[in-house]
Parts: sequence; structure tokens; C-alpha cells
Amino acid sequence: MGIKLDSSILRKVAMALSGLFLIIFLTQHFIINITSVFSSEIFNMFSHFMGNNFIVQFIAQPILIFGVLFHFIMGFYLELQNRSARNVKYVKFKGGANSSWISRNMIISGLVVLAFLGLHFYDFWIPEMKYKYVDILAENPFRYYDELVHKFNDPIKVVLYCISFFFLALHLLHGFSSSFKSLGTDSKYSNSINMITKIYAIGIPLGFCFIAIYHLIGNFVTH
Amino acid sequence: MKLKLKIWRQKNSDSKGKMVTYEIENISPDMSFLEMMDVLNEELMSKGVDPVAFDHDCREGICGSCSMFINGEAHGPDRYVTTCQLHMRKFKDGDTIYIEPFRAKTFPVIKDLVVDRTSFDRIQHSGGYISVNTSGNTQDANAIPIEKVNADKAFDAATCIGCGACVATCKNSSAMLFVSAKVSQFALLPQGEVEATDRVLNMVKQMDEEGFGNCTNTGACEVECPKGISLDNIARMNRELLKAQFKK
Repeated sequence: MGIKLDSSILRKVAMALSGLFLIIFLTQHFIINITSVFSSEIFNMFSHFMGNNFIVQFIAQPILIFGVLFHFIMGFYLELQNRSARNVKYVKFKGGANSSWISRNMIISGLVVLAFLGLHFYDFWIPEMKYKYVDILAENPFRYYDELVHKFNDPIKVVLYCISFFFLALHLLHGFSSSFKSLGTDSKYSNSINMITKIYAIGIPLGFCFIAIYHLIGNFVTH
Repeated sequence: MKLKLKIWRQKNSDSKGKMVTYEIENISPDMSFLEMMDVLNEELMSKGVDPVAFDHDCREGICGSCSMFINGEAHGPDRYVTTCQLHMRKFKDGDTIYIEPFRAKTFPVIKDLVVDRTSFDRIQHSGGYISVNTSGNTQDANAIPIEKVNADKAFDAATCIGCGACVATCKNSSAMLFVSAKVSQFALLPQGEVEATDRVLNMVKQMDEEGFGNCTNTGACEVECPKGISLDNIARMNRELLKAQFKK
């Protein structure tokens, strides 16, 4: 017994599991971020906990980074393999006649999300790591809300965030339900999974956009 | 009907092919697509031109030989039909029709529209069967009770004619629908359970070795399959493979 990723189906299952893991992370990220709209104290409390808890920082965070890297690297690997499986392209290929644009272009939506992650890391994660582990500044449990609001000062950045979330929604619209199919879920659950997929894939990115726009407007009103 | 045909011409597997344009007239809307191709070939031969090579056998939609990619879709614009069952009434007078072979690295072109689909045969040989031990005490298949739901699903999976439309249609050239139909038709029946573990492992291994692409659940194969083989079979094969991983 033992599982190696030595078959196309196992690689597909691994992609599905890493995708679902990232969906769980995205959900908790959204829950914490949405508190910033209602209460700066609650947001600070959650952020302080996430930023300073040993298990979160040194166990969950490396697992998350591994999950992100695995999902993207495996995604690229499978895409290259898929492209090489047809060495001569069709002169005429009517993909839209039998499948959605979203399902055929996961690599495009995935690349946009990857680019967004780069921006997001530059904006939040790298400064946070520098604050804690390079500059080793004293912890201020009340700094997080102000830092978040300050990041959404720039309307261009908010527009970039919203565009990225649009592509994240596209990625999730296929990826969420597809991951269950990859895991072999029986078709009797398809309707429920498709409904949950639509609610999640549209609701969560829309929620993130709302948070960014809310703080942008808040900044304008304050100034 | 008067039509302009853009057809892939390729002398042999080593040569480089290209699209060649032909004009054809007096095509009846009641003709099948292959009959239209026959008319074209007669015209070409009368002019001393090499006829277009294409696969065909039963012309009844059950052998899976005819393998044309017509106007960007496997077996053309109609649903649940093979090319031989596609009729010219699906096209309009003056149309330009693109006719290409099924394209995949695993389906190399032999000539014009004829492709080598023996990769499917090798997958089938690797496990798409049940061993019948005629030791004298083999139970009569009709005496084994099978749940109606499973019998129907197994029968539906068994209607796969192995035409390769799933591979040709899939943007990844994946053979998952074909392999899953063959795995499912046996996995659903008690006769097939005995070798279920080896079957799924060997067939998937052979599929991967042939160089087919990966399934990304676009669902295109199910739509273009002339026999309407369901994506449920792929989910079942995924389950079968996961189970087999723990059993082996």
C-alpha cells in the first residue's frame, strides 16, 4: 500500500485536494477580513492571533505555502503535458460548442490569480514578515486595522484587486465543482455541488471586492 | 447544394499535411456526410486526383470507424451521431466545411483523414475484459441477480464504440471517457468485480503510457460522444482507482 502520484488520476486527485485546501483557507481569510467592515477591534484581535500564534505561523503557514506552490506547479505541469498531447493543432476548433470558456481556460484565470498573489504578498505578507522576523519590531496588537485601511488608499490598487477577484471567481466557478468530480463524487450530488459552487465562487470574491471598496470609500470620506 | 470543402490532405504519416480546398455541387440534403465524401472522391478520381482517404465500415453508427472532425467538432455539428449518420441537411447551400482528422499525438495520421487508433486497442488489451474460467462449474450469467440500476449503467457504458471522439474533442486529448466506460461496464457487474483492482490500475497505466492528456472535467467529451457516454463513468473510474490504490 502507499500512494505515489504516478498516474494521471492520482495527480488529478492531488490537484483537487490542494484546490479544496486553498478554498478552506480562502474562507477563513474572508471571515477574518469581513470583520474589518464591522469592527476594528475584532479584526485586530483575529489578526494578532493569526500573526503571533505558533501553530498558525510555523505549522499552518508553511503547509499553506506548500499548498499554494503545489497547486500552481502541478497546474503548470499538467497544462504542459496536456498541450503536448496534441502535437498538430486543429485548423478549426469549436470549443464553445461543447464546453464553457471558463473550464477550458483555467490556466489563464490561474495565472491572473498567481499574479494577484504576487501583488498581495508584496502588499501584506512581505511587510509583515519583515516587521516580525527581519526588523523584529515590538508587537502592537492594534496596528492591523490601520495597516489594512492604509493599503486600500490607492484606487488603482483596489481596481487591480477587483479584477483579480473577478478571475478568481472564474477559476472557482469551474474548479470548485470540478474538484469533487475528480474525487469521484457520485452524480446524485451534482446539483447540490453546482449550486454551492455558484454561491461560493461568486459570493466570496464579491465579498473581498466589497471589503476593498468599503475601505477605499472610507479613506476618501475620512480625508 | 453547392459546398466548399476544406480538407486535410496528408500523403502518409511522415509527410506534412495541409488543408486543400475543393468545390462540390449537386449534393442532396438527404445524403449522409460519407456519401457526400464518396461523391467527391468519384469526382477526384475522374480527374486523376488521389481520392481523400477516410475510415468507414458499417455506416450504421455502431462501428466507430468514421473519424472526422467537421467544422471544429468531432463527427460534426449533430449530437449523438457518428459521421456516417450525419446528414447534409445539417449544412446550408454555399457553406464552407472544414474536414480534419481526429487530432492527438496518440492518434497519428496514417493518410488524409485516417488515423491510427490502436492506442485504444492496447488500453483494452491491458484489462478491458473478464477472464472466463471454463472449468465446468462456471455459473450461468443469467442466474446471477444484478440490480436493474447497475445493469442499465453497465449497459450504457458498454455502448461505447471506441470511436475516439472524446479524445479528439477534449482540449487535452484525454482518453478518460473511453477508459472509464470500459472500466465501468465491468466494475458495475459481479463478473467484473473479480479483476476490478488490476483492471483499473492496468488500463489507467496503459492510458498514461500511451501519452493521452489529463482530464480537466470540461465535459466536452460527454457532449460530443455519439453514444452519450456519461461523465459519471469518469467519477466512477476515479473511485475505482482510489480503492485499488489501497487494495494493491
